Amino acid sequence: MGPVVEVRGLVNRFGGQVVHDGLDMEVNADEVFGIVGGSGAGKSVLLRTILGLQRPLAGTVRIRGSDITHLSEAQLRPIKAGYGVAFQSGALYSGLTVLENVQLPMIEHLKLPADALEGLALLKIRLVGLPADAAAKYPAQLSGGMVKRAAVARALALDPQLLFLDEPTSGLDPVSAAAFDELVLYLQQHLKLTVVMITHDLDSIFRTCNRVGVIVDRRMESDTLERIVDNPHPWIQAYFHGERARERLGAADGA
Amino acid sequence: MVDWRAGSYDPRVSATLPSTEAVEVRRTAEGLELELTGVWSVRQLAAIEAALQSVDVASVPRIRIAAAGISELDLSGAWALRGFVRRARRAGADVAFRGTPPDQLRLVDETLAEPAAPDDEDVPADERPPRAEPGPRALEAIGRYVVRSWHDLVAGLAFFGRSFVTLLADLPRPWRLRPISIVRHVYDTGITAVPIVALIAFLITVILAYLSAQQLRGLGADIYVVDLVTIGVLRELGVLLTAVIVAGRSGSSFAAELGSMKLNEEVDALTATGADPIELLVLPRVLGLAIALPVLTVIADLIGLTGGALLCRYLLDMPLEQYVNRVNESIAATTFWVGIIKAPVFAVLIAFAGCYRGMQVRGSARELGHLVTVAVVQAIFLVLLADALFAVLFMRMKI
Repeated sequence: MGPVVEVRGLVNRFGGQVVHDGLDMEVNADEVFGIVGGSGAGKSVLLRTILGLQRPLAGTVRIRGSDITHLSEAQLRPIKAGYGVAFQSGALYSGLTVLENVQLPMIEHLKLPADALEGLALLKIRLVGLPADAAAKYPAQLSGGMVKRAAVARALALDPQLLFLDEPTSGLDPVSAAAFDELVLYLQQHLKLTVVMITHDLDSIFRTCNRVGVIVDRRMESDTLERIVDNPHPWIQAYFHGERARERLGAADGA
Repeated sequence: MVDWRAGSYDPRVSATLPSTEAVEVRRTAEGLELELTGVWSVRQLAAIEAALQSVDVASVPRIRIAAAGISELDLSGAWALRGFVRRARRAGADVAFRGTPPDQLRLVDETLAEPAAPDDEDVPADERPPRAEPGPRALEAIGRYVVRSWHDLVAGLAFFGRSFVTLLADLPRPWRLRPISIVRHVYDTGITAVPIVALIAFLITVILAYLSAQQLRGLGADIYVVDLVTIGVLRELGVLLTAVIVAGRSGSSFAAELGSMKLNEEVDALTATGADPIELLVLPRVLGLAIALPVLTVIADLIGLTGGALLCRYLLDMPLEQYVNRVNESIAATTFWVGIIKAPVFAVLIAFAGCYRGMQVRGSARELGHLVTVAVVQAIFLVLLADALFAVLFMRMKI
C-alpha cells in the first residue's frame, strides 16, 4: 500500500523567488500529518499545489497513485471528490446556509433525492459538533469556531478518506482550539481518515499529529513527532524548543 | 467514465460492484432475512436507498440483518441503513443484526441521537432545521414593502445628511478632503470614461440628426435639423447620456468597492482607528465625480455638435459655415448652461446611490451583487427624476 499523498522533487517559483526546491513529502494512510513552517515558507503554496489549484514548475504530486500535475480538469474531478478540504478562513459560501454549504459538494458529484441530501448534510453537521439549529444559519451568523466546524462538515460531505485542513485552530481561543483538536482525532479514528494539516499550533501538533513535516530551506524534513523534535536543523530546534514549546515537550515526554 | 479509485490505495475495494446487489432479501418463517453486500458508500447511495425502499416492512414481525458482506461502508451508507432500521421499527418489526452491527452505524446513531429524544422513536421532523414561515399574504407583503421602503428612504436621507454635514465641517479645513483621493476618482470616473462617452455622444447625435432630417426634409425645413440637434444635445442628451453611462460605470464600481471593503471589515477598521469612513471613502468619490461629470458633459456636447456638423455636411449638403451660423442663432446664452448645471447634481446623486448601497452590504457576497444592482438602477432612476424636475423648473423660469 503506497502513500496516500506523495510529493516528489517539487519546485515552485514566483518570479525570482524560489519557494520550493526539490521538496519531498509522503503521507501514509490513517495518519495525521502536520505541515509546519515559518511564515512565508510555502505551506499554503504546497497545499495549493497538492490540491491542484496551481501547477508546480517541476516535480510530481501523487494522490492515491495518480499524478495530478498532468491531469486535466475533467480527470481531476473524481480525485477531488475523494478528498475534503477545510480552508483557513472556512471559505463557506456566504450566500448559502450551512446546510446548503454542506449539500453543495453532494449536489455537484451525486444524484440524490432531496431528503437524502438533507439527512446526510444534517448528519455531517452534527458529526462535527454543531447544533442542529446551526444548519439554517448563514456563515455570517456563526462564530469563528463554528465556521471552522462547518467547513469541516462541508469537507466531509462526500465521505472522503483524505482530509486537508489549513490552519484549523488559528484564530480560535485555546479552549475551542483544544476542542477542535479532539474533533480531528475523533473523526480520524472513527472515519479512518488520513488527515493532512497545516498548523502553527504546537498544542495541536502534540495532540493530534503522528508525523510532522517541517518546511525549511525550501525542502521538507519529515519524521515522526517523537523524532522530529530532535532534528538538529536550527529552525526546527527553535520551533520545538523555543520558550513557547518547552512546556508541551515536557508534557509529551512524560506521556 | 473515470473510476475515481483508479490506482486505488485501498485494497478493501477491488472493483466498483454493481450497486443493485446491495440488499438480498430472503423470506423465512419468522420474517425477513436481509443480506447486505457490496459497496455501501455515498457514491452508491441512490441505488442503496432505492433497494432499501423496495423492501416491504409492513407487518413483518422479525427482521434479521447480516451486514458482514458489506465490503465498504461509509457514513452515508450507514445513514441509509439507519433510516431503514428506524422505518422497520416504526412499522412494528423486531430488527436485529446477525453478529455485531457495523461501527459506522453506531457512530451515526450517536451523532444523531444525542440532543434528540432519549427514546428511539424520535420523529424525523425534529432533526430538520426550522423551515421559514409560509409566505406572507399579499397584503402583508405590500405592507412590509412600504415600511421597508420608508425605512430605506429615511436611512438614505440620513446618510446623505451625515455626508453633507461632514462636508460642511471640512470646508474650513479643505486639506481633510483628501485631494489626492479626489484626483484618483476624477481619473477613474472621468478620464477613463472619455472614449465611451465620446463614442455614445457621437452615435446618438447621428441617430437624432438622421431621424429629424428624414422628417423635416419633407417639410422643406432641413435647417431645423441643426436646431434640434444643437438644443437637444446641449440641453438634454449630452448630460443625460453621460450621466447614465457614468451611473453604470462608476455607480456600480463605488458600490462594489465599498461593499467588498465592508465585507472585508476594512470599513470597521477605519472606524476603529478613529477615521471617518464618510470623510475618507464617500466624500472623495462624491467630489471626484462632481468634478468629472461636468467635464465629461462638455466633451459629450462638443462631440455631439461635431457629429451634427458632419451629418449636416454629408447628409444635407449644408456648408459648414451655414451650420455654425445656424447653431449660433438657435442657441440662447443659457442653452449650454442649462445642460451643464445639471451635471454636478447628477454626479452627486450617482455617487451617493453607489456609496450608500455599498455601505449597506453586510454578510454575504450575494448581498453585494444585489446592492450593486440596486445602486445602478437607483442612480439611473434618480438621474431621470432630477432631470424631469429640472425640466419643470426651467419651464417655469421660462428658460
